[in-house]
Amino acid sequence: MLITKYCQVKLSEIRINGSIVYAEKAESPADFLKSAYRSLTIQYPKFFKMDNLCKLALLSSEILLKDADLLTKYPSEEIGIIILNSSSSLETDEKHQESISDRGNYFPSPSVFVYTLPNIMTGEIAIRHRIKGENAVFISEKPDAQIIFRVVNELFSKERVSCCITGWVEAYHGRLSSCLMLVENEEKAKSLTEPEEIIIFDPSTIERIFKEDLQDGTYRKA
Amino acid sequence: MELTEKLKKEIIEVLNLEDVKPEDIDTDGPLFGDGLGLDSIDALELIVLLEKNYGIKIEDPKEGRKIFTSVRTMADFILEHQKK
Repeated sequence: MLITKYCQVKLSEIRINGSIVYAEKAESPADFLKSAYRSLTIQYPKFFKMDNLCKLALLSSEILLKDADLLTKYPSEEIGIIILNSSSSLETDEKHQESISDRGNYFPSPSVFVYTLPNIMTGEIAIRHRIKGENAVFISEKPDAQIIFRVVNELFSKERVSCCITGWVEAYHGRLSSCLMLVENEEKAKSLTEPEEIIIFDPSTIERIFKEDLQDGTYRKA
Repeated sequence: MELTEKLKKEIIEVLNLEDVKPEDIDTDGPLFGDGLGLDSIDALELIVLLEKNYGIKIEDPKEGRKIFTSVRTMADFILEHQKK
């Protein structure tokens, strides 16, 4: 299994394979996500209906999968999505809770309620990219390379997927960070990727990517 | 402000139609399908809008299909039910 591309997003910048592709000092996560969406000329009006967590997941996947042409390489049922995060959908859960806390002013919003499960991140990515393979969200205190490796490796070993979008997506109030990787079947990836871009998918490499110094703008090959 | 214009602003706000301006919405044009491209969650949000902003409760969500045909049908429905 190879990591053929990875994308990191944090408040103020976006990187692909370690190189900055977008930078902006925004006032808030919502402002940053909106301006990044506009600057990357993504056309998906449903983006504006999403909560910050889903916007971050969708934006990260858009950048990761740009020009990847996955559906011409793999059957949609063999593309998986495995995401880890720490705060689940807590930001939206709290928003929903506020809307139902006053019996005299009880107007829960259906469009808020649909984002009160973290799995909606994988759902939105799957709908957008027509992906039908295995998908799951796991809650973990921090980006955990071992969990990512174990789950994704299992899916590949059991031949449930030939390709997987995996990594970390976290958004809670002021916090915003994601690191998504595109993991592909070794033979297929090698035949389609330049050798110098190949990164082996193993726990130490995932760990290194998670810990990559984001202040350093240079791409450090894992 | 005319009710149809007020409704257009409210629809844009509650449905987060970021790139849509009130003048982009045809008063008689379809809200769903080829019109604004709204979905089933948007329909539920419009039911909440009628209850929250106009005090009109739609008991049967199936009624929504007729009421939410266009901004005009929504306005007519509001005027009719507010008189009662």
